[in-house]
Amino acid sequence: MNIPENLYYTKEHEWVRVENGKAFVGITNYAQDQLGDITYVELPEKDKVVQVEDDLGVVESVKAASDVYAPVSGVVDSVNEELEDSPEIINRSPYKDGWICSLKDFDSAELENLMSAVDYKNFIM
Amino acid sequence: MSRASYVPHTEKERKEMLEAIGVSDINQLFSDIPGKLQVDKINIPDGKSEIEVERNIKALAGSNRFDLICFLGGGFYDHYCPAAVDAILSRGEFYTAYTPYQPEVSQGTLQTAFEFQSGICRLTGMEVANASLYDGGTAIYEAAMMAARITKRDKILVCSGVNPIYRKMLQTYTFNLDMQFEEIPIKNGVVEVDKLKEILDETVAGVVLQNPNFFGCVEDLSGIIELIHNVGALAVVSVYPVSLGILKTPGDMGADIVVCEGQSLGMPLSFGGPYLGCMVTRKKYVRKMPGRIAGMTHDKDGRRGFVMTLQTREQHIRREKATSNICSNENLCAVGAAVYMALLGKDGLKEVAELCADNASYAYHKLLEIPNVERTFKSIFFNEFCITLPCDARDVIGDLIDRGFAAGFPVGHYYPEMKNVMLVAVTEMRTKEEIDKLAATLESVLM
Repeated sequence: MNIPENLYYTKEHEWVRVENGKAFVGITNYAQDQLGDITYVELPEKDKVVQVEDDLGVVESVKAASDVYAPVSGVVDSVNEELEDSPEIINRSPYKDGWICSLKDFDSAELENLMSAVDYKNFIM
Repeated sequence: MSRASYVPHTEKERKEMLEAIGVSDINQLFSDIPGKLQVDKINIPDGKSEIEVERNIKALAGSNRFDLICFLGGGFYDHYCPAAVDAILSRGEFYTAYTPYQPEVSQGTLQTAFEFQSGICRLTGMEVANASLYDGGTAIYEAAMMAARITKRDKILVCSGVNPIYRKMLQTYTFNLDMQFEEIPIKNGVVEVDKLKEILDETVAGVVLQNPNFFGCVEDLSGIIELIHNVGALAVVSVYPVSLGILKTPGDMGADIVVCEGQSLGMPLSFGGPYLGCMVTRKKYVRKMPGRIAGMTHDKDGRRGFVMTLQTREQHIRREKATSNICSNENLCAVGAAVYMALLGKDGLKEVAELCADNASYAYHKLLEIPNVERTFKSIFFNEFCITLPCDARDVIGDLIDRGFAAGFPVGHYYPEMKNVMLVAVTEMRTKEEIDKLAATLESVLM
Protein backbone atom coordinates (compact mmCIF):
# COMPACT_ATOMS: atom_id res chain seq x y z
CA MET A 1 0.00 0.00 0.00
CA ASN A 2 1.74 3.09 -1.29
CA ILE A 3 0.72 5.93 1.02
CA PRO A 4 3.71 8.10 2.03
CA GLU A 5 3.70 9.20 5.67
CA ASN A 6 4.75 12.79 5.14
CA LEU A 7 1.77 13.82 3.00
CA TYR A 8 -1.76 15.07 3.67
CA TYR A 9 -4.70 13.40 1.86
CA THR A 10 -8.17 14.37 0.69
CA LYS A 11 -11.38 12.36 0.25
CA GLU A 12 -11.07 13.02 -3.49
CA HIS A 13 -7.67 11.26 -3.52
CA GLU A 14 -5.41 14.27 -3.82
CA TRP A 15 -2.21 14.52 -1.76
CA VAL A 16 -0.45 17.64 -0.46
CA ARG A 17 3.25 18.08 0.27
CA VAL A 18 4.38 21.29 1.94
CA GLU A 19 7.79 22.31 0.63
CA ASN A 20 9.55 25.70 0.89
CA GLY A 21 6.30 27.44 1.80
CA LYS A 22 4.42 26.05 -1.17
CA ALA A 23 1.78 23.30 -1.23
CA PHE A 24 2.47 20.73 -3.95
CA VAL A 25 -0.59 18.80 -5.15
CA GLY A 26 -1.05 15.53 -7.01
CA ILE A 27 -3.24 12.44 -7.05
CA THR A 28 -2.58 9.31 -5.01
CA ASN A 29 -1.38 5.91 -6.13
CA TYR A 30 -4.86 4.55 -5.44
CA ALA A 31 -6.34 7.18 -7.77
CA GLN A 32 -3.96 6.52 -10.67
CA ASP A 33 -4.53 2.80 -10.30
CA GLN A 34 -8.30 3.24 -10.42
CA LEU A 35 -8.11 5.55 -13.44
CA GLY A 36 -5.92 3.30 -15.52
CA ASP A 37 -3.57 4.60 -18.21
CA ILE A 38 -3.64 8.36 -18.01
CA THR A 39 -3.91 9.93 -21.47
CA TYR A 40 -4.16 13.64 -20.75
CA VAL A 41 -3.81 16.17 -17.96
CA GLU A 42 -5.54 19.53 -18.08
CA LEU A 43 -3.32 21.70 -15.89
CA PRO A 44 -4.68 24.72 -14.00
CA GLU A 45 -3.67 28.20 -15.09
CA LYS A 46 -0.86 29.94 -13.24
CA ASP A 47 -1.99 32.65 -10.82
CA LYS A 48 -5.46 31.15 -10.65
CA VAL A 49 -6.97 31.86 -7.23
CA VAL A 50 -8.68 28.81 -5.76
CA GLN A 51 -10.79 28.19 -2.69
CA VAL A 52 -10.65 24.74 -1.13
CA GLU A 53 -12.48 22.20 -3.33
CA ASP A 54 -12.45 24.45 -6.42
CA ASP A 55 -11.49 22.87 -9.78
CA LEU A 56 -7.76 22.52 -10.11
CA GLY A 57 -7.54 20.66 -13.39
CA VAL A 58 -8.63 17.37 -14.93
CA VAL A 59 -6.89 14.01 -15.20
CA GLU A 60 -8.16 12.03 -18.17
CA SER A 61 -7.74 8.31 -18.75
CA VAL A 62 -9.22 5.95 -21.31
CA LYS A 63 -12.32 5.39 -19.22
CA ALA A 64 -12.87 8.56 -17.21
CA ALA A 65 -12.10 12.25 -16.90
CA SER A 66 -11.56 12.98 -13.24
CA ASP A 67 -11.57 16.47 -11.74
CA VAL A 68 -8.73 17.48 -9.43
CA TYR A 69 -9.93 19.63 -6.52
CA ALA A 70 -7.90 22.16 -4.50
CA PRO A 71 -7.09 20.55 -1.14
CA VAL A 72 -6.43 24.00 0.35
CA SER A 73 -7.18 27.58 -0.69
CA GLY A 74 -4.35 29.41 -2.43
CA VAL A 75 -2.93 30.71 -5.70
CA VAL A 76 -1.52 28.45 -8.43
CA ASP A 77 2.23 29.06 -8.44
CA SER A 78 3.73 26.50 -10.83
CA VAL A 79 2.39 23.68 -12.97
CA ASN A 80 4.16 20.48 -14.02
CA GLU A 81 4.52 21.08 -17.74
CA GLU A 82 6.13 17.65 -18.24
CA LEU A 83 2.63 16.21 -17.90
CA GLU A 84 1.55 17.92 -21.12
CA ASP A 85 3.58 15.57 -23.30
CA SER A 86 3.90 12.67 -20.86
CA PRO A 87 0.74 12.31 -18.77
CA GLU A 88 1.73 8.71 -18.01
CA ILE A 89 4.28 10.06 -15.50
CA ILE A 90 1.41 10.16 -13.01
CA ASN A 91 0.91 6.40 -13.36
CA ARG A 92 4.63 5.75 -12.95
CA SER A 93 5.36 8.21 -10.12
CA PRO A 94 2.19 9.70 -8.62
CA TYR A 95 3.83 11.28 -5.56
CA LYS A 96 7.12 12.50 -7.00
CA ASP A 97 7.55 13.19 -10.73
CA GLY A 98 3.76 13.20 -11.23
CA TRP A 99 3.07 16.32 -9.15
CA ILE A 100 0.39 18.42 -10.86
CA CYS A 101 0.82 21.95 -9.51
CA SER A 102 1.92 23.96 -6.52
CA LEU A 103 -0.03 26.58 -4.58
CA LYS A 104 1.44 29.68 -2.93
CA ASP A 105 -0.17 31.85 -0.25
CA PHE A 106 -2.11 28.82 0.84
CA ASP A 107 -4.17 28.60 4.00
CA SER A 108 -2.08 26.31 6.23
CA ALA A 109 -4.88 26.10 8.80
CA GLU A 110 -6.87 24.14 6.24
CA LEU A 111 -4.23 21.39 6.35
CA GLU A 112 -5.77 20.31 9.63
CA ASN A 113 -8.96 19.34 7.78
CA LEU A 114 -7.05 16.82 5.65
CA MET A 115 -6.30 13.19 6.43
CA SER A 116 -3.04 11.67 7.59
CA ALA A 117 -1.55 8.65 5.85
CA VAL A 118 -3.15 6.35 8.42
CA ASP A 119 -6.57 8.00 8.05
CA TYR A 120 -6.34 7.81 4.25
CA LYS A 121 -5.37 4.16 4.38
CA ASN A 122 -8.47 3.43 6.49
CA PHE A 123 -10.54 5.57 4.13
CA ILE A 124 -9.70 3.58 1.02
CA MET A 125 -9.91 0.15 2.64
CA MET B 1 -56.92 -4.17 -27.54
CA SER B 2 -57.11 -4.41 -31.33
CA ARG B 3 -54.48 -6.67 -32.68
CA ALA B 4 -52.29 -4.70 -35.05
CA SER B 5 -50.83 -7.05 -37.63
CA TYR B 6 -47.45 -5.35 -37.32
CA VAL B 7 -46.68 -6.82 -33.88
CA PRO B 8 -45.22 -10.34 -34.28
CA HIS B 9 -46.36 -11.96 -31.00
CA THR B 10 -49.23 -14.42 -31.09
CA GLU B 11 -51.77 -14.70 -28.23
CA LYS B 12 -50.19 -18.04 -27.32
CA GLU B 13 -46.72 -16.46 -27.13
CA ARG B 14 -48.01 -13.67 -24.90
CA LYS B 15 -49.52 -16.21 -22.53
CA GLU B 16 -46.26 -18.15 -22.45
CA MET B 17 -44.26 -14.99 -21.67
CA LEU B 18 -46.63 -13.98 -18.89
CA GLU B 19 -46.47 -17.48 -17.39
CA ALA B 20 -42.65 -17.46 -17.55
CA ILE B 21 -42.51 -14.35 -15.37
CA GLY B 22 -45.28 -15.56 -13.08
CA VAL B 23 -47.96 -13.06 -14.03
CA SER B 24 -51.49 -14.03 -15.12
CA ASP B 25 -52.55 -10.73 -16.70
CA ILE B 26 -50.49 -8.02 -18.41
CA ASN B 27 -52.18 -5.32 -16.32
CA GLN B 28 -50.38 -6.67 -13.26
CA LEU B 29 -47.16 -5.26 -14.77
CA PHE B 30 -48.62 -1.76 -14.42
CA SER B 31 -49.66 -2.19 -10.79
CA ASP B 32 -47.08 0.41 -9.66
CA ILE B 33 -49.08 3.12 -11.39
CA PRO B 34 -51.84 4.44 -9.09
CA GLY B 35 -55.33 3.39 -10.22
CA LYS B 36 -56.55 6.92 -10.84
CA LEU B 37 -53.67 7.59 -13.22
CA GLN B 38 -54.33 4.51 -15.33
CA VAL B 39 -56.45 4.73 -18.45
CA ASP B 40 -58.68 1.91 -19.59
CA LYS B 41 -58.81 3.09 -23.14
CA ILE B 42 -57.01 5.53 -25.40
CA ASN B 43 -59.09 7.42 -27.90
CA ILE B 44 -57.37 6.65 -31.16
CA PRO B 45 -58.92 5.19 -34.31
CA ASP B 46 -58.66 1.49 -35.15
CA GLY B 47 -55.51 0.36 -36.91
CA LYS B 48 -55.42 0.37 -40.69
CA SER B 49 -54.43 -2.36 -43.09
CA GLU B 50 -51.13 -2.20 -44.94
CA ILE B 51 -52.97 -1.24 -48.15
CA GLU B 52 -54.76 1.64 -46.44
CA VAL B 53 -51.57 2.88 -44.76
CA GLU B 54 -49.66 2.86 -48.02
CA ARG B 55 -52.48 4.70 -49.79
CA ASN B 56 -52.62 7.27 -46.98
CA ILE B 57 -48.89 7.96 -46.92
CA LYS B 58 -48.67 8.11 -50.71
CA ALA B 59 -51.38 10.76 -50.72
CA LEU B 60 -49.48 12.81 -48.15
CA ALA B 61 -46.21 12.48 -50.04
CA GLY B 62 -48.07 13.48 -53.19
CA SER B 63 -48.38 17.01 -51.80
CA ASN B 64 -44.69 17.49 -52.52
CA ARG B 65 -43.70 18.82 -55.87
CA PHE B 66 -41.00 16.84 -57.68
CA ASP B 67 -41.61 18.36 -61.04
CA LEU B 68 -40.44 21.93 -60.50
CA ILE B 69 -37.12 22.91 -62.05
CA CYS B 70 -35.13 23.83 -58.98
CA PHE B 71 -33.25 27.11 -58.58
CA LEU B 72 -33.84 27.09 -54.85
CA GLY B 73 -30.89 27.30 -52.44
CA GLY B 74 -30.56 29.14 -49.15
CA GLY B 75 -28.34 26.48 -47.58
CA PHE B 76 -29.75 23.30 -49.17
CA TYR B 77 -29.11 22.50 -52.82
CA ASP B 78 -30.32 20.31 -55.66
CA HIS B 79 -27.09 18.48 -56.45
CA TYR B 80 -26.70 15.14 -58.14
CA CYS B 81 -26.74 12.08 -55.89
CA PRO B 82 -24.57 9.46 -57.63
CA ALA B 83 -26.06 5.96 -57.68
CA ALA B 84 -22.97 4.62 -55.90
CA VAL B 85 -23.89 6.54 -52.74
CA ASP B 86 -27.21 4.79 -52.32
CA ALA B 87 -25.84 1.46 -53.49
CA ILE B 88 -23.29 1.49 -50.68
CA LEU B 89 -25.18 3.08 -47.82
CA SER B 90 -28.24 0.90 -48.37
CA ARG B 91 -26.17 -2.20 -47.65
CA GLY B 92 -27.40 -3.79 -44.43
CA GLU B 93 -23.96 -3.52 -42.84
CA PHE B 94 -24.19 0.27 -42.99
CA TYR B 95 -27.95 0.77 -43.01
CA THR B 96 -28.64 -1.01 -39.76
CA ALA B 97 -25.33 -0.57 -37.97
CA TYR B 98 -25.63 0.72 -34.44
CA THR B 99 -23.36 3.12 -32.53
CA PRO B 100 -19.90 1.55 -32.55
CA TYR B 101 -19.43 1.31 -28.77
CA GLN B 102 -17.85 -2.09 -29.26
CA PRO B 103 -15.08 -1.49 -31.78
CA GLU B 104 -14.31 -5.19 -32.25
CA VAL B 105 -17.57 -5.67 -34.14
CA SER B 106 -17.78 -2.21 -35.70
CA GLN B 107 -14.62 -1.80 -37.76
CA GLY B 108 -16.59 -1.05 -40.94
CA THR B 109 -18.60 1.76 -39.35
CA LEU B 110 -15.57 3.18 -37.60
CA GLN B 111 -13.30 3.10 -40.61
CA THR B 112 -15.92 4.81 -42.74
CA ALA B 113 -16.39 7.47 -40.08
CA PHE B 114 -12.62 7.94 -40.04
CA GLU B 115 -12.58 8.32 -43.84
CA PHE B 116 -15.43 10.82 -43.63
CA GLN B 117 -13.49 12.82 -41.05
CA SER B 118 -10.36 12.74 -43.20
CA GLY B 119 -12.29 13.86 -46.28
CA ILE B 120 -13.93 16.78 -44.53
CA CYS B 121 -10.57 17.86 -43.09
CA ARG B 122 -9.00 17.94 -46.54
CA LEU B 123 -11.96 19.70 -48.10
CA THR B 124 -11.93 22.48 -45.50
CA GLY B 125 -8.16 22.69 -45.04
CA MET B 126 -8.42 21.99 -41.31
CA GLU B 127 -6.80 19.48 -38.94
CA VAL B 128 -9.32 17.30 -37.13
CA ALA B 129 -13.03 16.53 -37.56
CA ASN B 130 -15.69 14.78 -35.58
CA ALA B 131 -17.89 12.01 -36.99
CA SER B 132 -20.70 14.50 -37.65
CA LEU B 133 -23.41 16.42 -35.82
CA TYR B 134 -27.12 16.63 -36.56
CA ASP B 135 -27.09 19.39 -39.19
CA GLY B 136 -25.44 22.66 -40.19
CA GLY B 137 -27.45 24.64 -37.64
CA THR B 138 -26.66 22.55 -34.57
CA ALA B 139 -23.05 22.56 -35.74
CA ILE B 140 -23.01 26.37 -35.50
CA TYR B 141 -24.44 26.19 -31.98
CA GLU B 142 -21.85 23.62 -30.91
CA ALA B 143 -19.08 25.72 -32.43
CA ALA B 144 -20.24 28.82 -30.54
CA MET B 145 -20.28 26.84 -27.29
CA MET B 146 -16.85 25.45 -28.09
CA ALA B 147 -15.49 28.98 -28.60
CA ALA B 148 -16.95 30.00 -25.23
CA ARG B 149 -15.44 26.92 -23.60
CA ILE B 150 -11.96 27.54 -25.04
CA THR B 151 -11.77 31.28 -24.37
CA LYS B 152 -13.76 31.17 -21.12
CA ARG B 153 -15.71 34.19 -22.42
CA ASP B 154 -19.45 34.43 -22.97
CA LYS B 155 -20.09 36.76 -25.91
CA ILE B 156 -20.67 35.57 -29.48
CA LEU B 157 -20.86 37.88 -32.50
CA VAL B 158 -22.95 36.57 -35.40
CA CYS B 159 -22.92 38.05 -38.88
CA SER B 160 -26.39 38.81 -40.27
CA GLY B 161 -25.28 37.06 -43.46
CA VAL B 162 -25.31 33.75 -41.63
CA ASN B 163 -28.29 31.61 -42.65
CA PRO B 164 -31.33 33.08 -40.80
CA ILE B 165 -32.67 29.61 -40.04
CA TYR B 166 -29.39 28.80 -38.29
CA ARG B 167 -29.42 32.11 -36.42
CA LYS B 168 -32.91 31.30 -35.19
CA MET B 169 -31.72 27.88 -34.06
CA LEU B 170 -28.85 29.51 -32.19
CA GLN B 171 -31.34 31.76 -30.37
CA THR B 172 -33.52 28.81 -29.46
CA TYR B 173 -30.66 26.68 -28.20
CA THR B 174 -29.11 29.41 -26.07
CA PHE B 175 -32.34 30.88 -24.76
CA ASN B 176 -31.66 29.92 -21.14
CA LEU B 177 -27.88 30.20 -21.17
CA ASP B 178 -25.78 33.00 -19.71
CA MET B 179 -24.49 34.01 -23.12
CA GLN B 180 -24.60 37.30 -24.98
CA PHE B 181 -25.13 37.64 -28.71
CA GLU B 182 -24.55 40.62 -30.95
CA GLU B 183 -25.16 40.93 -34.67
CA ILE B 184 -22.58 42.11 -37.21
CA PRO B 185 -24.30 43.86 -40.11
CA ILE B 186 -23.76 43.31 -43.84
CA LYS B 187 -22.79 46.07 -46.24
CA ASN B 188 -22.88 45.56 -50.02
CA GLY B 189 -23.48 41.88 -49.38
CA VAL B 190 -20.39 41.27 -47.23
CA VAL B 191 -19.30 41.75 -43.61
CA GLU B 192 -19.32 45.42 -42.60
CA VAL B 193 -15.82 45.50 -41.19
CA ASP B 194 -16.05 48.94 -39.54
CA LYS B 195 -19.07 47.89 -37.53
CA LEU B 196 -17.31 44.63 -36.61
CA LYS B 197 -14.27 46.56 -35.36
CA GLU B 198 -16.55 48.65 -33.12
CA ILE B 199 -17.88 45.63 -31.23
CA LEU B 200 -14.88 43.30 -31.39
CA ASP B 201 -13.07 43.32 -28.05
CA GLU B 202 -11.66 41.03 -25.39
CA THR B 203 -15.08 40.07 -24.08
CA VAL B 204 -15.81 38.22 -27.32
CA ALA B 205 -15.39 34.44 -27.32
CA GLY B 206 -16.15 33.79 -30.96
CA VAL B 207 -17.37 35.33 -34.19
CA VAL B 208 -19.67 33.32 -36.46
CA LEU B 209 -19.32 34.02 -40.18
CA GLN B 210 -20.69 32.29 -43.28
CA ASN B 211 -18.91 31.99 -46.63
CA PRO B 212 -20.55 32.09 -49.15
CA ASN B 213 -23.09 33.90 -47.00
CA PHE B 214 -26.88 33.59 -47.21
CA PHE B 215 -26.96 36.06 -50.13
CA GLY B 216 -24.44 33.93 -52.01
CA CYS B 217 -21.66 36.51 -51.64
CA VAL B 218 -18.10 35.28 -51.34
CA GLU B 219 -15.19 37.03 -49.66
CA ASP B 220 -11.72 36.25 -48.36
CA LEU B 221 -12.16 36.30 -44.61
CA SER B 222 -8.41 36.23 -43.83
CA GLY B 223 -8.23 39.91 -42.84
CA ILE B 224 -11.34 39.69 -40.69
CA ILE B 225 -10.06 36.53 -39.01
CA GLU B 226 -6.82 38.32 -38.16
CA LEU B 227 -8.83 41.06 -36.42
CA ILE B 228 -10.70 38.37 -34.50
CA HIS B 229 -7.48 36.71 -33.37
CA ASN B 230 -6.03 40.05 -32.28
CA VAL B 231 -8.58 40.18 -29.45
CA GLY B 232 -8.06 36.54 -28.55
CA ALA B 233 -11.40 35.40 -29.94
CA LEU B 234 -12.08 32.44 -32.22
CA ALA B 235 -13.31 32.51 -35.81
CA VAL B 236 -16.18 30.13 -36.55
CA VAL B 237 -16.85 29.84 -40.28
CA SER B 238 -19.88 28.12 -41.76
CA VAL B 239 -19.18 27.00 -45.33
CA TYR B 240 -20.77 25.34 -48.38
CA PRO B 241 -18.78 22.13 -48.99
CA VAL B 242 -19.27 21.97 -52.75
CA SER B 243 -17.84 25.50 -53.11
CA LEU B 244 -14.58 24.32 -51.59
CA GLY B 245 -13.86 22.51 -54.82
CA ILE B 246 -12.62 25.85 -56.14
CA LEU B 247 -12.72 28.47 -53.37
CA LYS B 248 -9.97 29.28 -50.88
CA THR B 249 -10.55 27.05 -47.87
CA PRO B 250 -11.52 28.42 -44.47
CA GLY B 251 -8.45 26.62 -43.14
CA ASP B 252 -6.24 28.77 -45.37
CA MET B 253 -8.11 31.84 -44.16
CA GLY B 254 -7.14 31.00 -40.57
CA ALA B 255 -10.47 29.77 -39.22
CA ASP B 256 -10.42 28.06 -35.82
CA ILE B 257 -13.64 26.09 -36.14
CA VAL B 258 -15.31 25.26 -39.45
CA VAL B 259 -18.85 23.95 -39.69
CA CYS B 260 -21.12 23.12 -42.59
CA GLU B 261 -24.23 21.41 -43.79
CA GLY B 262 -23.11 18.27 -45.62
CA GLN B 263 -26.35 17.69 -47.53
CA SER B 264 -24.80 18.77 -50.80
CA LEU B 265 -22.28 15.92 -50.57
CA GLY B 266 -24.53 13.30 -52.14
CA MET B 267 -27.72 13.60 -50.08
CA PRO B 268 -31.14 14.43 -51.55
CA LEU B 269 -33.11 17.46 -50.37
CA SER B 270 -35.83 15.21 -48.86
CA PHE B 271 -38.00 18.11 -47.68
CA GLY B 272 -35.64 18.97 -44.84
CA GLY B 273 -33.64 15.91 -43.89
CA PRO B 274 -31.98 13.80 -42.73
CA TYR B 275 -29.09 16.22 -43.13
CA LEU B 276 -25.50 16.21 -41.99
CA GLY B 277 -23.68 18.57 -39.65
CA CYS B 278 -19.90 18.75 -40.03
CA MET B 279 -17.40 20.21 -37.60
CA VAL B 280 -13.67 20.56 -38.13
CA THR B 281 -11.08 22.33 -36.04
CA ARG B 282 -7.38 22.67 -35.18
CA LYS B 283 -5.58 19.85 -33.39
CA LYS B 284 -4.98 21.99 -30.30
CA TYR B 285 -8.74 22.28 -29.72
CA VAL B 286 -9.61 18.61 -30.23
CA ARG B 287 -10.38 17.98 -26.56
CA LYS B 288 -12.87 20.81 -26.54
CA MET B 289 -14.72 19.52 -29.59
CA PRO B 290 -18.07 17.88 -28.94
CA GLY B 291 -19.46 14.82 -30.64
CA ARG B 292 -18.16 11.45 -31.54
CA ILE B 293 -14.64 11.08 -32.94
CA ALA B 294 -13.33 8.00 -34.78
CA GLY B 295 -9.65 7.34 -34.21
CA MET B 296 -7.07 5.05 -35.76
CA THR B 297 -4.90 2.85 -33.54
CA HIS B 298 -3.34 -0.62 -33.25
CA ASP B 299 -4.62 -3.69 -31.47
CA LYS B 300 -2.45 -5.86 -29.21
CA ASP B 301 -1.23 -7.82 -32.22
CA GLY B 302 -0.10 -4.68 -33.97
CA ARG B 303 -2.88 -4.67 -36.55
CA ARG B 304 -4.45 -1.36 -37.54
CA GLY B 305 -7.89 -0.81 -36.05
CA PHE B 306 -10.42 1.96 -35.49
CA VAL B 307 -12.14 3.05 -32.28
CA MET B 308 -14.22 5.86 -30.86
CA THR B 309 -11.72 8.06 -29.12
CA LEU B 310 -11.67 10.90 -26.60
CA GLN B 311 -14.96 9.56 -25.30
CA THR B 312 -14.35 10.73 -21.77
CA ARG B 313 -15.47 14.26 -22.73
CA GLU B 314 -18.78 12.92 -23.81
CA GLN B 315 -22.09 13.20 -22.13
CA HIS B 316 -22.45 9.61 -20.97
CA ILE B 317 -19.21 9.78 -19.00
CA ARG B 318 -18.61 13.42 -18.10
CA ARG B 319 -22.28 14.31 -17.56
CA GLU B 320 -22.85 17.99 -16.77
CA LYS B 321 -19.20 18.75 -17.47
CA ALA B 322 -19.32 17.18 -20.92
CA THR B 323 -18.51 19.17 -24.02
CA SER B 324 -22.13 18.85 -25.11
CA ASN B 325 -25.35 16.95 -24.45
CA ILE B 326 -25.13 15.55 -27.95
CA CYS B 327 -24.96 11.78 -27.86
CA SER B 328 -25.43 10.73 -31.45
CA ASN B 329 -24.39 11.63 -34.98
CA GLU B 330 -25.66 11.29 -38.55
CA ASN B 331 -23.65 8.20 -39.31
CA LEU B 332 -25.56 6.97 -42.34
CA CYS B 333 -25.42 10.40 -43.96
CA ALA B 334 -21.73 10.60 -43.08
CA VAL B 335 -21.23 7.27 -44.88
CA GLY B 336 -23.01 8.77 -47.89
CA ALA B 337 -20.81 11.86 -47.80
CA ALA B 338 -17.68 9.71 -47.46
CA VAL B 339 -18.72 7.71 -50.52
CA TYR B 340 -19.45 10.93 -52.45
CA MET B 341 -16.09 12.48 -51.60
CA ALA B 342 -14.18 9.27 -52.37
CA LEU B 343 -16.09 8.73 -55.62
CA LEU B 344 -15.50 12.24 -56.92
CA GLY B 345 -12.07 12.73 -55.44
CA LYS B 346 -10.18 15.99 -55.60
CA ASP B 347 -10.60 16.38 -59.37
CA GLY B 348 -14.27 15.45 -59.37
CA LEU B 349 -15.10 17.89 -56.58
CA LYS B 350 -13.31 20.63 -58.51
CA GLU B 351 -15.26 19.75 -61.63
CA VAL B 352 -18.63 19.87 -59.84
CA ALA B 353 -17.74 23.24 -58.33
CA GLU B 354 -16.67 24.63 -61.71
CA LEU B 355 -19.89 23.42 -63.33
CA CYS B 356 -21.94 25.09 -60.60
CA ALA B 357 -20.03 28.35 -60.89
CA ASP B 358 -20.21 28.39 -64.70
CA ASN B 359 -23.92 27.60 -64.76
CA ALA B 360 -24.60 30.27 -62.16
CA SER B 361 -22.59 32.83 -64.05
CA TYR B 362 -24.51 32.08 -67.24
CA ALA B 363 -27.83 32.30 -65.40
CA TYR B 364 -26.82 35.57 -63.71
CA HIS B 365 -26.04 37.29 -67.02
CA LYS B 366 -29.11 35.86 -68.70
CA LEU B 367 -31.44 37.07 -65.93
CA LEU B 368 -29.86 40.53 -65.79
CA GLU B 369 -30.70 40.94 -69.50
CA ILE B 370 -34.37 41.05 -68.48
CA PRO B 371 -35.64 44.64 -68.30
CA ASN B 372 -36.03 45.96 -64.74
CA VAL B 373 -34.08 43.09 -63.20
CA GLU B 374 -31.07 44.49 -61.33
CA ARG B 375 -28.04 43.05 -59.61
CA THR B 376 -28.49 43.38 -55.84
CA PHE B 377 -24.84 43.18 -54.78
CA LYS B 378 -21.58 43.85 -56.55
CA SER B 379 -19.58 41.18 -54.76
CA ILE B 380 -18.47 37.91 -56.35
CA PHE B 381 -20.55 34.80 -55.88
CA PHE B 382 -20.10 31.04 -56.25
CA ASN B 383 -23.34 29.43 -57.45
CA GLU B 384 -25.93 31.57 -55.73
CA PHE B 385 -26.80 35.24 -56.23
CA CYS B 386 -29.42 37.85 -55.47
CA ILE B 387 -31.36 39.78 -58.08
CA THR B 388 -33.67 42.70 -57.38
CA LEU B 389 -37.03 42.51 -59.15
CA PRO B 390 -39.33 45.46 -59.86
CA CYS B 391 -41.96 44.08 -57.50
CA ASP B 392 -42.46 41.73 -54.52
CA ALA B 393 -40.35 38.63 -55.15
CA ARG B 394 -42.90 36.42 -53.41
CA ASP B 395 -45.56 37.17 -56.06
CA VAL B 396 -43.14 36.51 -58.89
CA ILE B 397 -42.03 33.23 -57.33
CA GLY B 398 -45.67 32.18 -56.95
CA ASP B 399 -46.30 32.88 -60.65
CA LEU B 400 -43.21 30.93 -61.61
CA ILE B 401 -44.27 27.91 -59.55
CA ASP B 402 -47.46 27.84 -61.66
CA ARG B 403 -45.20 27.77 -64.69
CA GLY B 404 -43.06 24.86 -63.47
CA PHE B 405 -40.16 26.60 -61.74
CA ALA B 406 -38.96 26.78 -58.14
CA ALA B 407 -37.29 29.98 -59.28
CA GLY B 408 -35.65 31.11 -56.08
CA PHE B 409 -36.10 32.20 -52.49
CA PRO B 410 -37.88 35.42 -51.44
CA VAL B 411 -35.20 37.09 -49.34
CA GLY B 412 -37.80 39.42 -47.80
CA HIS B 413 -39.10 36.46 -45.83
CA TYR B 414 -36.16 36.88 -43.43
CA TYR B 415 -34.91 40.37 -44.32
CA PRO B 416 -38.00 42.63 -44.46
CA GLU B 417 -36.12 45.49 -46.10
CA MET B 418 -35.37 43.25 -49.12
CA LYS B 419 -38.88 42.37 -50.30
CA ASN B 420 -38.06 42.60 -54.01
CA VAL B 421 -34.96 40.46 -53.80
CA MET B 422 -34.88 36.88 -55.05
CA LEU B 423 -32.08 34.46 -54.19
CA VAL B 424 -31.28 32.14 -57.10
CA ALA B 425 -29.08 29.02 -56.86
CA VAL B 426 -27.73 27.07 -59.82
CA THR B 427 -26.11 23.65 -59.56
CA GLU B 428 -24.53 21.16 -61.98
CA MET B 429 -28.06 19.74 -62.39
CA ARG B 430 -29.34 22.74 -64.36
CA THR B 431 -29.02 22.71 -68.14
CA LYS B 432 -28.64 25.64 -70.51
CA GLU B 433 -32.17 24.97 -71.80
CA GLU B 434 -33.61 25.13 -68.28
CA ILE B 435 -31.81 28.38 -67.54
CA ASP B 436 -32.92 29.93 -70.86
CA LYS B 437 -36.47 28.85 -70.14
CA LEU B 438 -36.34 30.37 -66.66
CA ALA B 439 -35.14 33.65 -68.10
CA ALA B 440 -37.82 33.70 -70.77
CA THR B 441 -40.55 32.78 -68.30
CA LEU B 442 -39.42 35.34 -65.74
CA GLU B 443 -39.37 38.00 -68.44
CA SER B 444 -42.93 37.16 -69.47
CA VAL B 445 -44.15 37.17 -65.85
CA LEU B 446 -42.64 40.60 -65.26
CA MET B 447 -44.20 42.18 -68.36
